[in-house]
Amino acid sequence: MLIKVRNLCKTFDGIQVLKNISLEINKSEVVVLIGASGSGKSTLLRCLSFLELKDGGEIEINGELIEQKKTDINKVREKVGMVFQHFNLFPHMNVLENVIESPIHVKKIKKHDATEMAMNLLKKVGLEDKAHEYPDRLSGGQKQRVAIARALAMEPNVMLFDEPTSALDPELVGEVLQTMKELACEGMTMIVVTHEMGFAREVADRVVMLADGQVVEEENPKVFFTQPKHERTRRFLKQVL
Amino acid sequence: MNFIEKIYSIFQIHGSAFLQATVTTVELTVVSLLIAVVIGLVFAFFKVSNLIILQKIADIYIFLIRGTPLIVQIMFLYYGISTVLVLNSFMAGAVALGIHSGAYIAEIFRGAIQSIDRGQMEAARSLGMPYSLSMRRIILPQAFRRAIPPLGNQFIIGLKDSSLVAYIAATELFSQALSVQAENYMPFETYFVVGLYYLVLVLIFTVIVHKVESRLSGNKVKRRGHVDQSKKLVQNV
Repeated sequence: MLIKVRNLCKTFDGIQVLKNISLEINKSEVVVLIGASGSGKSTLLRCLSFLELKDGGEIEINGELIEQKKTDINKVREKVGMVFQHFNLFPHMNVLENVIESPIHVKKIKKHDATEMAMNLLKKVGLEDKAHEYPDRLSGGQKQRVAIARALAMEPNVMLFDEPTSALDPELVGEVLQTMKELACEGMTMIVVTHEMGFAREVADRVVMLADGQVVEEENPKVFFTQPKHERTRRFLKQVL
Repeated sequence: MNFIEKIYSIFQIHGSAFLQATVTTVELTVVSLLIAVVIGLVFAFFKVSNLIILQKIADIYIFLIRGTPLIVQIMFLYYGISTVLVLNSFMAGAVALGIHSGAYIAEIFRGAIQSIDRGQMEAARSLGMPYSLSMRRIILPQAFRRAIPPLGNQFIIGLKDSSLVAYIAATELFSQALSVQAENYMPFETYFVVGLYYLVLVLIFTVIVHKVESRLSGNKVKRRGHVDQSKKLVQNV
C-alpha cells in the first residue's frame, strides 16, 4: 500500500470540505477522482501534497505515518510529485532550468548529471527541442508537459494531477493526456483529478466519486461508468457525459 | 550683470565647491539607499511572515516613519543618537535617510512579493524546496524585477531628500548652495544653479534605473546570451 488515508478531515472558515475521507492507493495504481466542483477533490489532493494541512485523520505514505509537526514535510514532498491546473512553471527560468532547479538545489545532484536526466525527461514528453525556451514562448500543452517533466525530475513515488487539462484549449488536451497515459503504462502511481471521462475510462484502475467531502462510490471504470450504484453518481454522470 | 553672467560667475567661482558637494550628495544617497534596501528587505519579510509579532513591529515602524516629516527624523536622530553614540553629520544623515527610505522600500518589496502568484510558492514547495530556498530562488528574483520601477522612483526621491541633511551641517549640494548665496547675495541664481545640479543627477539616476530595468526584464540580447550558456551545458553532457 503506497498511500493510506484514514478519516481525513479539512475545514475552511467553518465549512467542512473533507468529511472523514478514507482511501487506499496501491503501488502503480491509477486513481481518478471525480465529482462536482466544491466536492473536495482538489482539497484532498492538496492535503496529500501538504499544501493544505489536515485538521484530522491520518495520512500514511510508504508505510510512514505523516505527522505534521514531527515529519520533515519537505522530504515527503520530494517523493510526491504535483502537477497543477495552471502549470506554475517558473517564468524567470527556461525550460531546462525549470526541470533541474529542484534536483540541483534540493537533492544536490551535480548540474551535469541533472541536465542529462532533464534532457531525457524532456525527450520523454517530446520537448527536448524547447529546452532553452522560456515558458512564455510555450503553448499551454507544452507548459503542462514541462511541468510533468519537472515533477518527474525529483523521481517521485506518486504523481498527483490537479485538473491538469482544465486550463488548456481543447486541441491541446490530447497531448497532455497522452503523456499521462504513457506515464501510467510505465507503472507510475497516479492520482488524477479530472473532468476527462475518456481518460478515466481508458487509463484509470479505479474511479472515486466524491460529493460533499465524502467518498460516494469507488469502482473500476467499467462498472463505474456502466452500472453506477449511487443516485449521486448517476446524476453526475448524466451531466458530464 | 545680467542673469546669464551671474550664473556664469557662480560656476566660475564656486564650480569646484559645488562639484565636491555633488560627490558628497551622491555618497550620501548611495550609502543611505544601501541601508534603506537592507532595512526594506528585512521589514518586507516581517510583513509577509506568519508571525503576528513581526508584522506588528513592521507596522509600527512604517507608521512612525510615514507619519513624521523627514526633517524631524533627521534632527531627532542627529541629536538623539549623539547622546549615546558619536556620529558625524554625514553618517547621521545617511542613517536617518536610510531609515526613512527603508519604510517606503519595505512597502515596495512587500507589494512585489505578494504580487507573485501563489502557485509559484506552491510549485516550489511541492518540489521539496524549503520555504527559504523557495523564497530565494523562485519568489525574490521575480519580485525584485517587479520592484525595480517603483524602487527607481524611490531612489530619486531619496536623492532629492538628501538635501535636508544640510540642516545638520553635512556639506552636500544644498548646504553648499546655502553658504554660497549667503556669500554672494544672489540667492535666486544660486538656487537655480543648485537645481541644475540636482536635475543632472536625477537624469543620470533615471538612465541607470532604465538600464537595469531593461536588463532584468529579460530583453532579447540577455536571453540569447542565456540560451547560449545553457546550450553549452547540454553539449557538455
